[in-house]
Amino acid sequence: MSTISPTTQAVSDSALDKPRTGTWDGGNEPFNASYGKLMMWFFLLSDAFTFAAFLTTYGLIRHRYMAYSGSPEAFTFSTKYWPIPEKVFNAFPGLHGVDLPLAFVALMTMILIFSSVTMVLAVEAGHRFDKKDVQKWLLWTILFGTVFVSCQAWEWSHFIGGTDEGTLMNDGTRFYGANLAVNQYGPVLFADLFFFITGFHGTHVFSGICLLIYCFIATTNGTFEKRGHYEMVEKIGLYWHFVDLVWVFVFTFFYLV
Amino acid sequence: MAANFSSQEQVQGGIGVTEPGHAHDAHHDEHHEQSFLQKYVFSTDHKMIAKQFLITGIFWAIIGGTLSSLFRLQLGWPESTMEWLTPFLGKWIEAGKLNPEFYLALVTMHGTIMVFFVLTAGLSGTFSNFLIPLQIGARDMASGFMNMLSYWFFFLSSVVMFSSLFIETGPAAAGWTIYPPLSALPQAISGSGAGQTLWLVSMALFIVSQLLGGVNYITTVINLRTQGMSMSKLPLTIWSFFLTAVLGLLSFPVLFSAALLLIFDRSFGTSFFLSDIYIAGQALSNTGGSPILFQHLFWFLGHPEVYIVIMPAMGMVSEILATNARKPIFGYRAMIGSLLGISLLSFIVWAHHMFVTGMNPFLGSVFMFLTLIIAVPSAVKTFNWLATLWRGNIRFTTAMLFSIGFVSLFIAGGLTGIILGNAALDIQLHNTYFVVAHFHLVMGSSAFFGLWAGVYHWFPKMFGRMMDEKLGYVHFWLTFIGVYLVFLPMHYVGIAGFPRRYYAWTGFDTFSQFADLNKFISIAAIVAFFGQFVFIFNFFYSIFRGRRATENPWNSTTLEWTTPVEVGHGNWPGDIPAVHRWPYDYSKPGAAQDFIPQNVPYSQTQSSNLPYEREME
Repeated sequence: MSTISPTTQAVSDSALDKPRTGTWDGGNEPFNASYGKLMMWFFLLSDAFTFAAFLTTYGLIRHRYMAYSGSPEAFTFSTKYWPIPEKVFNAFPGLHGVDLPLAFVALMTMILIFSSVTMVLAVEAGHRFDKKDVQKWLLWTILFGTVFVSCQAWEWSHFIGGTDEGTLMNDGTRFYGANLAVNQYGPVLFADLFFFITGFHGTHVFSGICLLIYCFIATTNGTFEKRGHYEMVEKIGLYWHFVDLVWVFVFTFFYLV
Repeated sequence: MAANFSSQEQVQGGIGVTEPGHAHDAHHDEHHEQSFLQKYVFSTDHKMIAKQFLITGIFWAIIGGTLSSLFRLQLGWPESTMEWLTPFLGKWIEAGKLNPEFYLALVTMHGTIMVFFVLTAGLSGTFSNFLIPLQIGARDMASGFMNMLSYWFFFLSSVVMFSSLFIETGPAAAGWTIYPPLSALPQAISGSGAGQTLWLVSMALFIVSQLLGGVNYITTVINLRTQGMSMSKLPLTIWSFFLTAVLGLLSFPVLFSAALLLIFDRSFGTSFFLSDIYIAGQALSNTGGSPILFQHLFWFLGHPEVYIVIMPAMGMVSEILATNARKPIFGYRAMIGSLLGISLLSFIVWAHHMFVTGMNPFLGSVFMFLTLIIAVPSAVKTFNWLATLWRGNIRFTTAMLFSIGFVSLFIAGGLTGIILGNAALDIQLHNTYFVVAHFHLVMGSSAFFGLWAGVYHWFPKMFGRMMDEKLGYVHFWLTFIGVYLVFLPMHYVGIAGFPRRYYAWTGFDTFSQFADLNKFISIAAIVAFFGQFVFIFNFFYSIFRGRRATENPWNSTTLEWTTPVEVGHGNWPGDIPAVHRWPYDYSKPGAAQDFIPQNVPYSQTQSSNLPYEREME
């Protein structure tokens, strides 16, 4: 906009000829983000709704059961109420029979959060075009991710195997561990939801690891260098952080609340 | 594929129209010949993908319409013999009667096909793909490759759904809403066996397709608008496609969740939606699940879905009404605001589909309140359309007729929405033919009218030829009258208490007096269905033999009409035009013509510039 009055015909044409050039006036990227990065953000938004639906399902079903009201010391597994997470998830590999409530899952969570830190470092190294550093930090991220998934595998196998003493079920038999139709810890849906939601999250971590391995190979081959930017690492990084963030929610719902 | 990718790179390079170094990219489409596979099958050109969506959509519409004619035969003549259908339906005709479970499958598949495959994929798949790059001034979608994948996932989903029609146990039969426990237990109905599994697999693929398409539409609108095309200069079509894509992006994942949980219930023995069920004298072991939970998850998609269906039609109708009334659209900003309002509200009204599930009446009244508020943006749009027509210099093109028809149907169907949105009235009317009549008018027929209007209007741009106007008129009147003759009486049938999804009412004496009315509806439906073949003939005939189109046959202002008649890959042979003005400069006082295209700078239209436009000088 200029302040020249409408009657000044001489200079008017240039201003009237040009389209506007503001942030949202087209011909540019209003968020300063490439289309690929935007797409990743929108995909994550969409994925967030998928997880939100699962966690809503969790909340609604859990709400249908009474909370356990006795003293924590007297707690026993029962299909009548939702179990106390500390009593279910208290095992640690190599420390058989020691009661360590939530210690293992806390360790897993720490590892996953560390993998986010190394991911950030990989993205940062990409901005500096430091191929060696990108490779190094991607490898660390892949390592931490793999450790997390392995930990989850151990957690699952312990959950499926059950405790030494098992639980005396309503029909008089003793049941050890859990499957999708029956479990020793509490209502059927406790195990259903555990398998389903942590499994869905684990699948996301697994896909993330695959994507990171692709990034590592492409970095090693110099694909990103030739392309002139390491944006792919950044996009996969966004996904990786999202998966970590979702874990924080899953962790909160399943283990803390 | 290598050549295709490189052409894609060039398309991306060509987007920066203002960068001088890229000017040569504009002519890239002349450089190489594309093979048949690249051009027509695995095309990354948004225009070809749009045509693929459209033709697949037409195929599905014929299937969906045929299914409805079949069950209307049953409903109109419940006592008659259907032996003559045996060559077509085989074992589903038993002793001259339609198999009742197959009747349910017909209804289910009709709903599924029409809602998802025709009015979601066929409508926004076609026109979002076709119009977004052309109208915002882009060479193609942000990612042509993902766009191609979007179509092929849809194609795969179509193949799975189509094959489910032919399996021995029949297609899914639990309604398009697939409520468990019916849909979860194969022993409940034969359609809940393999048919339901295929349904779920098909929908999962469909959702992937929607996601790939949706992120593409959104990022394209944000990042690829040409110089000068601000959000407040976008045609209303683009606003509606943009918001439709946002709705799809946020609601389809929730259906995905629900479908995944249902798959686990059906195949892996979980109990998410199942509890305390006796079936065929046997108790199932499932406990603790909630079928109402499924309804919440389903309708969190299901309600936005009806806006995913109707909003593209609204956008196209706004555009066509303004063009053919030779007037600016009335209340451009109000139109955008109401689209935004509808989009927002669509996420917080889903439980009005569940008033009778035993929900807390207080919660019901909250949802009722929010539902009735939707009448406000809807009325804003309706009055703006009417005001656009008011004293317009109307050209009755076929597209215009269908657009006016859209407004009529939207009003007729919308009014009963206010009735049904009321929780107290809904207790009486839910699950009756009143509901069926309501949504067939307001989202089914209206969206179809939007689709037809769009096809007639943008056909010249798609195929370089015109559709036949006379056949178009025949198609319009047959359909317009047909739709009203089907759905107006259906309201009465509904008020009389006829429940949906019943195979026959011959067992109820109360309903015998309405037998004639049902017969009437069936005749009207079948005639209207056959009327569609006029359109199909017109469409395919005109692709090859239609009158050749000119560059801008409707004297329209938007950018797609600045491209050549035969639009190449990359859309504009030279530089992409820059945009100077809004898309509705029709009949501007003082202008040389009754339309000024968006790419005409104000310096060339000094006789018609308004005072505030002169201020830019």
